[in-house]
Amino acid sequence: MKIVTGLTNTAQPEKNLRKVFNTEDLNLWYGSKHALKGINLPIYEKEVTAMIGPSGCGKSTFLKTLNRMVELVPNVETTGMIHYRNQNILDKSFKVEELRTKVGMVFQKPNPFPKSIYDNVAYGPRIHGIKSKKILDEIVEKSLRGGAIWDEVKDRLKDSAYGLSGGQQQRLCIARALAIEPDVILMDEPTSALDPKSTLKVEELIQELKTDYSIVIVTHNMQQAARISDRTAFMLNGELVEFTDTNRLFSNPEDKRTEDYITGRFG
Amino acid sequence: MVAREQFDLELEAVKDMVIKLAKAAKVQLEGSIAALYQSDVDKAQQVMEADKELDQLDLAINEASILLIARQQPVASDLRKLIVAIRTATDLERMADNAKNIARSAIHLGNDHQLEIHPSLADMRDVAFKMIDLAIEAYKKEDIQLAKKLSELDDLIDGMFGQVMEELLQMTATNPQKIQLVMQMAFSARYIERFGDHLTNIAESIMYLVKGEVYDLNE
Repeated sequence: MKIVTGLTNTAQPEKNLRKVFNTEDLNLWYGSKHALKGINLPIYEKEVTAMIGPSGCGKSTFLKTLNRMVELVPNVETTGMIHYRNQNILDKSFKVEELRTKVGMVFQKPNPFPKSIYDNVAYGPRIHGIKSKKILDEIVEKSLRGGAIWDEVKDRLKDSAYGLSGGQQQRLCIARALAIEPDVILMDEPTSALDPKSTLKVEELIQELKTDYSIVIVTHNMQQAARISDRTAFMLNGELVEFTDTNRLFSNPEDKRTEDYITGRFG
Repeated sequence: MVAREQFDLELEAVKDMVIKLAKAAKVQLEGSIAALYQSDVDKAQQVMEADKELDQLDLAINEASILLIARQQPVASDLRKLIVAIRTATDLERMADNAKNIARSAIHLGNDHQLEIHPSLADMRDVAFKMIDLAIEAYKKEDIQLAKKLSELDDLIDGMFGQVMEELLQMTATNPQKIQLVMQMAFSARYIERFGDHLTNIAESIMYLVKGEVYDLNE
């Protein structure tokens, strides 16, 4: 008897990959609540990493530690290390503004500014001191193309972003994140407020974006994680239960808790 | 804890259909070999007729599995259960076809050939019976140790087949007038031997169901 084949892993072997993030024994407390428990999780370059788990498992908290947005919550305490390109971002000397230009974020509900489509995308670059109209025009077009929404809005760039549909607004927000040329894009349930067609569009966009960006996505939709990610992390009660190639996780997970969760036996 | 009771019931229903098909395939083999030994053409006809029901059951298993895949989007062990149900049903349906072919040989020989069927065919059948029972048990319990035993029994059937073929070959040399009978017996031996192969496939499917990896039990 011999094993003919295990499952095909589509993610690259880990040893060949550069890590954009690496957390070491990351712990986080909201007051007395221990929300992240000793998380060791690498995020690989130019891959889509999906975070799944039931509500309150810590996946969104983990995402928000990666750009230190979690610090906006009162009474937060963290220990351990988060390396971004080999620098510990939890280090007091690390400039959070610098981090935020490298790590963009897209939220659950599209949140365009009450401005024109153009100004939404040009907002970040302007803050970073770009004044030239020509350069801004270029950035806006490139970002909107990157967000797969250029063709739909190119004739109405001066219109309010609020006039766009929910799906279009979310792609605009992705374009806005791209405008500052980030290294990593964090997405917190980016399609949960969208209809199925817009969801598929954003999913396709995520697949395209990974050629140039590293993406971490928190999703409640397990099929979405299965469709678009290279690796998946399953979290439960603040712990990282399993982190592996997405094909492996959804076909033959190692941990019984992962199996129970993805087959809908709890959560 | 169990959040998908309805889905679990539906998975169980598919499993029951597979077991029903396995038991029916055993009955078909029994009937066809009995028809051969007893020169009972009527019995052979019944086996041929009953095969249609097994084909229907195979179809029903396929349909139920496809619907569950489409509607429940199963992953991991749930998905493997359905894939294995489809694969196992295909093997069982082929086994039933082999029984039908044995019945066809019995019909071909007719009621009054006055010839003795080689006793080893019954011995091979008995090993095949044992294998079917073991396969049903292994599938029910998702037990890979039982599944592994199937390949040992398949080796036994293969050995018996080789020996029967040798003896039948000698028979043709000494009794050329019996060539018709010898040929039908050789076909039947081959069909029983195929039972063993399909049951080994089923054993591999059970290993896949439990372990999530593809095994070759012939290696």
